[in-house]
Amino acid sequence: MEEIQLLGHGFAVALQWENVLLMVAGIVLGVLIGVLPGLGGANGIAILLPLTFTLPPVSAIILLSCIYWGALFGGAITSILFNIPGEPWSVATTFDGYPMAQQGKAGEALTAAFTSSFVGAFVAVVMITFLAPLVAQFALQFGPPEFFAVMFLSFACFIGLARGSPLKALAAMMFGFLLAGVGMDGVTGQLRMTFGSMELMRGIDFLVVVIGLFGLSEIFQSIEEGLRFKGARARITLGTVLRTWAELPRHWALFIRSSLIGCWMGITPAGATPASFMSYGVARRMAKDKDSFGRGRMEGVVAPETAAHAAGTSALLPMLSLGVPGSPTAAVLLGGLIMWGLQPGPMLFVEQKDFVWGLIASMYLGNIVGLIIVLAAVPWFAAILRVPFSIIAAIILMVCAIGAYTVNSAEFDVVLMLIFGVIGYVMKKLDYPLAPLVLALVLGDRTEESFRQSLLLSEGSLAVFFSNWLVGGIMTLGLVMLFYPTLSKLWAPRMQPA
Amino acid sequence: MMLRRRQLAAMGAGLGAAALAAPAFAQAAWQPQRPVQFIVPAGTGGGADQMARVIQGIVSKHNLMNRPLMVVNKAGGAGAEGFLEARNSRGNPHVLIISLSNLFTTPMSTGIPFTWRDLTPIRMMALDEFVLWVNAESPWQNVAQFVEAAKAGRLRMGGTGSRQEDQIITVALQRATGATFTYVPFRGGGEVSTQLVGRHIDSTVNNPIEAVTHWRAGTLRPLCVFDSRRLPGEGRITETMGWQDIPTCKESGLDVEYLMLRGIFGAPGITPAQTAFWVNLLERVAETPEWRELMAQGAFNTTSLTGAPFSEWLGREEERHRTLMQEAGFLAAGG
Repeated sequence: MEEIQLLGHGFAVALQWENVLLMVAGIVLGVLIGVLPGLGGANGIAILLPLTFTLPPVSAIILLSCIYWGALFGGAITSILFNIPGEPWSVATTFDGYPMAQQGKAGEALTAAFTSSFVGAFVAVVMITFLAPLVAQFALQFGPPEFFAVMFLSFACFIGLARGSPLKALAAMMFGFLLAGVGMDGVTGQLRMTFGSMELMRGIDFLVVVIGLFGLSEIFQSIEEGLRFKGARARITLGTVLRTWAELPRHWALFIRSSLIGCWMGITPAGATPASFMSYGVARRMAKDKDSFGRGRMEGVVAPETAAHAAGTSALLPMLSLGVPGSPTAAVLLGGLIMWGLQPGPMLFVEQKDFVWGLIASMYLGNIVGLIIVLAAVPWFAAILRVPFSIIAAIILMVCAIGAYTVNSAEFDVVLMLIFGVIGYVMKKLDYPLAPLVLALVLGDRTEESFRQSLLLSEGSLAVFFSNWLVGGIMTLGLVMLFYPTLSKLWAPRMQPA
Repeated sequence: MMLRRRQLAAMGAGLGAAALAAPAFAQAAWQPQRPVQFIVPAGTGGGADQMARVIQGIVSKHNLMNRPLMVVNKAGGAGAEGFLEARNSRGNPHVLIISLSNLFTTPMSTGIPFTWRDLTPIRMMALDEFVLWVNAESPWQNVAQFVEAAKAGRLRMGGTGSRQEDQIITVALQRATGATFTYVPFRGGGEVSTQLVGRHIDSTVNNPIEAVTHWRAGTLRPLCVFDSRRLPGEGRITETMGWQDIPTCKESGLDVEYLMLRGIFGAPGITPAQTAFWVNLLERVAETPEWRELMAQGAFNTTSLTGAPFSEWLGREEERHRTLMQEAGFLAAGG
């Protein structure tokens, strides 16, 4: 129980009043950063990093990691209210969160999202506290083939989720892969599909596309429907929060499953975004009435939010113990560690006990503080929906444009966002699902890269994907998930005679 | 309304961050009149990004400038985006750019019309070292054993990026030894180190700062450093070895040398007075304890150059890179 003792010491560090103050400031800032699409946690922390130069390392990491928690919480807000994901990992939250808001259940959706985030993070922190060295060892098992297998599994879990024509889903996914291919090819160092354009060199950013596809197209559609904003009648009080809480314990199995998916994806390190998609996909697979997903099911909010927060939290573990960032934000924090004169990696846990355990204790405290702050603000967030649509639409458009610009500080991205707004609108009208496109765009790059790295390592042999129990196991699981819908259809008539 | 207020608050926070760095400081003849954009032609979290943000932190902590320095990452097209932006800011003294070896390699491998001559060289801040690392459980104790194994069968070399410094060193290794390596590109140095610890690859040429913690944890072993002299730094890193105990590759019979530029450039066409201001500012950055700490941590080669010697050095390095890239077949068609 050495951990308990060290953790107690960590709490003593984290509970110093200036650290608590930084914690609250960090969470509030983080929520603001998370709400603005485009200005992600990574950017926010990078901007503030030099300011932390004058703080002691523990205080600095507490401030910055609390911004990170805040951003994880905040990303859900705009996803649910406006169908605009504030952060990549909250895309999957829009699938059911936004329909809930449209049905006047914005308060419930927000409460569910925040609470799930908290649960996910809490499970991950407990895991970090007690299993850190073990987990770090496990993460070392992941080479390119294993990484590809994980990506393959993410796709397999998600495929077949879209209602309607599977061919249309396939077409949308291929379009996503195509977009992911634009820009620098990491394996050969060559530019692809840039057509000599300087603007296309940086590739097509996932967030810019998502802001256009989801946010703008939604506004276009609302305009078409006569400037009506559904869900405006919602009355939200603190009672809503309590009522939602009473309902949540029923989903305990979902919470556990999603937390595990999240922790695993964070450590691998694949990150929070694939974790949220995978968790949503699995939740839908396991549900009895699959068709009600995407129409405002609370499980559709709980699953991705729990997994995203669990992954976001456990992504810090490989950063601390191996020096490998599990997410872009963790990459910036990693730079911070080095700036403060700390070496991330296996020796950190041995030599910098104050720092590591202070940080872990702040993860517990930061998440509790964060949950209180965002829950207290739920009625305010939801009240935004009562503003007349003609006013709020203009503000949303402006926030979208600022968000798209902030991702790369590029004006071209604003144009791109507008283009994708139109594409999104057309796709919705023609009944092409957006989710497969987004999934392929966000995971396409890493998937392709790890596939090609694997083949380089194996000198072209596909057997590398079944070369040991780990990669073979994940691949097999992926294949089962992929063909499960077809197989279950084949079996179904036999199992239900008459 | 809420939304707008919150969004303004976030913007305000950014401005607040800028204002903290603003106290007036009178000194050279020319002074920046506007916030200065500090371009990093690489992603967040990498070596160049870290160095840029340390400089930013030092400038604001020690009040070295009366206007804030703002770091912007322009990583598109292996940094081409950042370089082209700096080139297109002709005559603008409020633009700085930090460079890696991609200053040479990116235009050569992609054919983007750009050279270092399109920028105003200001100061070489340091040179980053490269070390040949293997897993501590591998049987190779020294360069000779490693080379022998490489000749006997294809070893897998991991590195950061494609057709950039790590791969150039790998190709130079192939030429020097006659062995063939399978080069596998990854996204960043940290990832490469972990892949080596997990034995998914056989060797890397990581920078010291990227691998030092694994060395201390006893999971990686350094074989030699690609410099003409041994690394600086007194004292031990592990129980038995310090930086200065790593032999140079040349003394181990492997004649390969490579150092990576960490230099700062300005936009083309800025006046000598403006260049002088930046040279002066960066000198003072380099004198701070924070900078020395960074240099010691990363075992950097602290050579610094300005003015004509810097330009001459750049010219020589450009030619060397062209030769190396040409021999490796990395030049873009028509490059």
